[in-house]
Amino acid sequence: MTVKVSMTVNGKPAAAEVEERTLLVTFIRESLRLTGTHVGCDTAQCGACTIHVNGQAMKSCNMLAMQAEGKSITTIEGIAAADGTLHPMQEAFRQNHGLQCGFCTPGMVMSAIDMLNHYPDPDEATIRAELDGNLCRCTGYHNIVKSIQAAAKTMR
Amino acid sequence: MYAFRYQTASSAADAASRLAAHEDAKLLAGGQTMIASMKLRLASPSDLIDLAGAADLRGITVDARGVTLGAMSRHAEVARSAEVQKALPVLAKLAGGIGDRMVRNMGTMGGSVANNDPAADYPAAVLGLNATVTTTTRSIAADDFFLGMYETALQPGEIITSISFPIPKRAAYMKFKNPASRYAMVGVLVAQLADGSVRVAVTGAGPVVFRVAAMEKALEASFTPAAVASIKVPADGLNADIHAQADYRAHLITVMAKRAVEAALA
Repeated sequence: MTVKVSMTVNGKPAAAEVEERTLLVTFIRESLRLTGTHVGCDTAQCGACTIHVNGQAMKSCNMLAMQAEGKSITTIEGIAAADGTLHPMQEAFRQNHGLQCGFCTPGMVMSAIDMLNHYPDPDEATIRAELDGNLCRCTGYHNIVKSIQAAAKTMR
Repeated sequence: MYAFRYQTASSAADAASRLAAHEDAKLLAGGQTMIASMKLRLASPSDLIDLAGAADLRGITVDARGVTLGAMSRHAEVARSAEVQKALPVLAKLAGGIGDRMVRNMGTMGGSVANNDPAADYPAAVLGLNATVTTTTRSIAADDFFLGMYETALQPGEIITSISFPIPKRAAYMKFKNPASRYAMVGVLVAQLADGSVRVAVTGAGPVVFRVAAMEKALEASFTPAAVASIKVPADGLNADIHAQADYRAHLITVMAKRAVEAALA
């Protein structure tokens, strides 16, 4: 059976008829064609699918679209300014070479923004601990940590 | 994932009647285990009843008797609650160490306790702090709640509504975590309760959370790290898997218990 699911995505209303078993990430990628949110492990470990639900980072591969009914979703496509100016976190990743292949990056950026909402001035150990839910197989995390530290300075 | 009907419950009573109406219905709390299990087709409910809209399952109350958490309290809420941090810091810290930040934003205490994963953190808090589990039909003492691997005293159709944790004199939780899943390879919660009795609850090591009577007795005589340092727990019946053998887990129990006593005294 299909059901209607509706929510606000990146500030705009979004709705679709979906199967009840549709994952939120599937709704975002396939119904809305917002493919910046990635599916990495599909087992809620790698964090590539991280988005914000009512401002909190969550793994969109591990929740149903219906669980986000009526909620406000932000994906990686929704954080830059209207004129295309990158979000300070995106800019920090760019300036500090915080990515190599880039697959984990949308999840890293969304997770890091949520991190700074709770730890505005994190030290390196805090960043590494709080980045527990995001896996990167290229960088060794060094420049990701550097990027988040740099973003913390500009976002404060 | 197999197809199912998605329902929302407006209260615990509403959830209970929806649950009773369908034999193969399941509850959806935070879904951090449930959705993953359904994706793997390990679970295939006919109906999934989402508890997120049940306001009576939420809320954190702190008073002189202790801390009461609504079943739908998210791990992140418990970890960040200034009141819990002050009244029962061991619980805030335990909740803040579950999974990762995204999992903590979704996962709930009630879901974790009802699921009773052998390596989950909350069962150690419930048993170690001598908490009381309140359900839609009764109150269950921690010692009677956890029966076996993924098995609890909950009857079909019974729903956890809240859990009350009495304030101990001192307590700490130490977890040796699996670096990939962040589940406890071994987690030990040591608590000296208000009446002076001591509880040592171990998660991750066996098929279900359990107490270590020898350590409790030794700590009641002398609440010091040295009191438990030489107490060995038999490896018989402990978990053995790709992450650790049973004798290694047995060793970790003593190490984590000692560290928990040190932390409780700090």
